[in-house]
Amino acid sequence: MVSSTRHPQQDSPAGRPGRFGPYGGRYVPEALIAALDELDREYQSAAVDPAFQSELDGLLKSYSGRPTPVTEVARFSAEAASGARVLLKREDLNHTGSHKINNVLGQALLTRRIGKKRVIAETGAGQHGVATATAAALMGLECVIYMGEEDTRRQALNVARMELLGATVVPVSTGSKTLKDAINEALRDWVTNVDTTNYVFGTVAGPHPFPTLVRDLQRIIGVEARQQVLELTGALPDAVAACVGGGSNAIGIFHAFVEDTDVALYGFEAGGDGVASGRHASTISAGSPGVLHGARSYLLQDEFGQTIESHSISAGLDYPGVGPEHSWLSDIGRAVYEPIDDAEAMEAFRLLCRTEGIIPAIESAHALAGARKLGARLGEGAVILVNLSGRGDKDVDTAARWFGLLDSGGAPGSDSGTGDEK
Amino acid sequence: MSASVAFERARSEERAALVGYLPAGYPSVAGAVDVLKAMVDAGVDVVEVGLPYSDPLMDGPVIQTAVEAALRAGANTTDVLRTVEAVAATGTPTLVMSYWNPIDRYGPERFSRDLAAAGGAGVITPDIIPDDAEEWLPVARSQDLDTVFLVAPSSTDKRIALTTEACRGFVYAASTMGVTGTRDQVGDAAADLVARTRKTTALPVAVGLGVSNADQAAEVANFADGVIVGSAFVRCLLDADSPADGVRAAGELAGQLSSGVRRQA
Repeated sequence: MVSSTRHPQQDSPAGRPGRFGPYGGRYVPEALIAALDELDREYQSAAVDPAFQSELDGLLKSYSGRPTPVTEVARFSAEAASGARVLLKREDLNHTGSHKINNVLGQALLTRRIGKKRVIAETGAGQHGVATATAAALMGLECVIYMGEEDTRRQALNVARMELLGATVVPVSTGSKTLKDAINEALRDWVTNVDTTNYVFGTVAGPHPFPTLVRDLQRIIGVEARQQVLELTGALPDAVAACVGGGSNAIGIFHAFVEDTDVALYGFEAGGDGVASGRHASTISAGSPGVLHGARSYLLQDEFGQTIESHSISAGLDYPGVGPEHSWLSDIGRAVYEPIDDAEAMEAFRLLCRTEGIIPAIESAHALAGARKLGARLGEGAVILVNLSGRGDKDVDTAARWFGLLDSGGAPGSDSGTGDEK
Repeated sequence: MSASVAFERARSEERAALVGYLPAGYPSVAGAVDVLKAMVDAGVDVVEVGLPYSDPLMDGPVIQTAVEAALRAGANTTDVLRTVEAVAATGTPTLVMSYWNPIDRYGPERFSRDLAAAGGAGVITPDIIPDDAEEWLPVARSQDLDTVFLVAPSSTDKRIALTTEACRGFVYAASTMGVTGTRDQVGDAAADLVARTRKTTALPVAVGLGVSNADQAAEVANFADGVIVGSAFVRCLLDADSPADGVRAAGELAGQLSSGVRRQA
């Protein structure tokens, strides 16, 4: 079976657990170390436990619908990508609508293995929150989701989805009221309730073991896609493209290709209003190394080390940090990170809808816009594998507004403050 | 001057030391200095100056509110060093309490040099652990600064030993699992943690998180070498009608706590 999520390789040449070159580590209060050690220990033992792996593989297949297909999008390729062959890895077809479920099913099983009854999570776009609420419902765990107040407005439908699934959604009104503040608040909850609670972290950032744990649970995306592309085209792709916020879908599809040095890896960060405007979330492209949320990595910060608020039309990419392994892949030149601004992402969003009948998540539309640029650079016939990390149902309202299909007034789920999270 | 000097003096007087915290820059840079001086006058033995940071994940709502206001008003690392200089001039050991990234960005070597030049005693680092402190310990040692790390009720005995080994000045024992803020009770876990910590070190052990009044200070003084109070002082400032009112209220609280640490409850 190639579907095992475990990949027992060294994290970095430096060889220290949880470090990727100079990045990663554990910059957290001592109070959390016992829980992080426990999680790491349980994960190490689960990773080599056939019963755990078989239960996870079974859920991924029968509950989430894996393996997800690879779809060749010929009309999009011809009209929007300069004739390069664009292939989509369809993580949007997962149960709950994005790749987030891959990680959450694994972490929920780990929570049960540790014997804890309560899970907490942060969410930006709401996809990770929905996935966590789903897994918690499936496994009978109490679930509390922290979400920036700003994001509860932008993603009101996902708030309702989480509540339908039995989760409590706590709007976070401190700081910039977005994902970074939701993580702060979730960490505060964890440090207070660590005896009963597991933190189901949503991306490949945070303190060790999260960057490794979440990567290993998302690695299945690339493992499947590599095989599928080989079967479809007889060769490896020329390039792999993914959007990068914290970076879990990107590391998930990149990882199986890291050793294939002929395959170029591209991470597309949210360029917001454009990097030059200062209103963006292009952490690697325009940030600098530092420490945020428990790990050393690139981040957006001012000259005094204060975090700078990020901006993006996509709530899921609106994060001023990034996973430490991406920082390392960038430094060593193995992956290239570039910004895609809001307008470029929305144009790619529109094109995929019109040419293929697929409404992508706005996050994933950044990867599609990146693929258009790669198509122009690589030319006709080049094969570009794009991780379509999520579907766009949650973004219909934002997109309708962007394209002028709705008034800015009060349609259902609008950002005019439906405030229905209580 | 190491904070240990103040702990030794308290010990010679057969009492616990009182450690008081305020973030720099709240209600203003000069205003915080006024409050800290009033706290020192009323009996605070060791001062912690908080470095305002955008993502204070160890802090509860009270300190978050003050820190956000300080940052909005433009408080920065230079202001923190100026605050330390003004308070240390009173002869009271003055430490900085800071999350790691602002020091990382300023440059650990430059920060330790500038802090020593300002007369600062050392740094309390709530989000680094000795295992990952190789960027800090050598430079702090080279300037003879106190390095204060935290132990928590969840710490294993092995981790407590590792942590106290890296501490200079004193050891910060977090009384409960949680963030900063006042609590009705200081947990039983605190006494047990102090006992476990003392088995590994001769350094003074001070207890923080949750202490807000003289009775709690007296209770903690029974089993610890120091009592750390932060949110309760900040609360005085948040509730104050004017800066002068805040100075008066924080001074009064310091006086009450100071009598608390002298009382055997």
